[in-house]
Amino acid sequence: MSEAASVYSVDKVLLVAIRDNITDTDIINLQEDLSERIVNEAARGVVIDIAALEIVDTFVGRILAQLSSISRLLAAETYIVGMRPAVAMTLVELGMDLPGSKTALSLSHALRALKAKGLA
Amino acid sequence: MNGAPAQPAARVELRRERDVAAARLAVSRAMDALGARALRKTRFITAVSEIARNALEHGGGGVMEIYNLERPRRIMIRCRDEGPGIADIDQAMVDGFSTARSMGKGLGGARRLVAAFRIESRPGAGTTIEMEADP
Repeated sequence: MSEAASVYSVDKVLLVAIRDNITDTDIINLQEDLSERIVNEAARGVVIDIAALEIVDTFVGRILAQLSSISRLLAAETYIVGMRPAVAMTLVELGMDLPGSKTALSLSHALRALKAKGLA
Repeated sequence: MNGAPAQPAARVELRRERDVAAARLAVSRAMDALGARALRKTRFITAVSEIARNALEHGGGGVMEIYNLERPRRIMIRCRDEGPGIADIDQAMVDGFSTARSMGKGLGGARRLVAAFRIESRPGAGTTIEMEADP
């Protein structure tokens, strides 16, 4: 796994904690690694915690949105959790409101939503 | 372009991808030193990230200097590259304009996120961008 994030697999859900100040290559590698793991581990859900990210620029925002689309095609549902308020405000101003990505306030909110759908 | 102090507070070479992360970190520290508010810091560092990536990808690398301005008390960055330059700046500032793998929101987005934005570019003579943020 790349050094961009720690990934834990619990009950068919991949829990991903992205570390701060990642490079473009780090996050592209993470996208590849996660896509492989969704299939290899038959994951039904992916929860990406971005609480450590001080900023999400247009590049990282695009990769996060793509990750949601990729996992949907691989039959897993993705939640982005832990977004800082300042990051949300900045993303909206950039015109990137991550259409197609589900968000939740925290990891436990996301897990509850996945459980309610029988995915965790 | 502007009356910046002669000596930058910090200077980051933009040669490799990791240098974009280094530029973000350097600006983050400079804003912490000024006691900047969280939202202003997030907005400015996001803008810094966009233009540092542009300098690397379109400008073939460059340098970012960080200045502390006195009146008004602000952070200023100057990002220079010696790339091909931008033929039509007005067009490049429009959301959706892209010549590379970006979404084309970077340059116009950066301008919306900062207190002052100046760009100077000529085909063949590189691009210089200055941006300022209040603390």
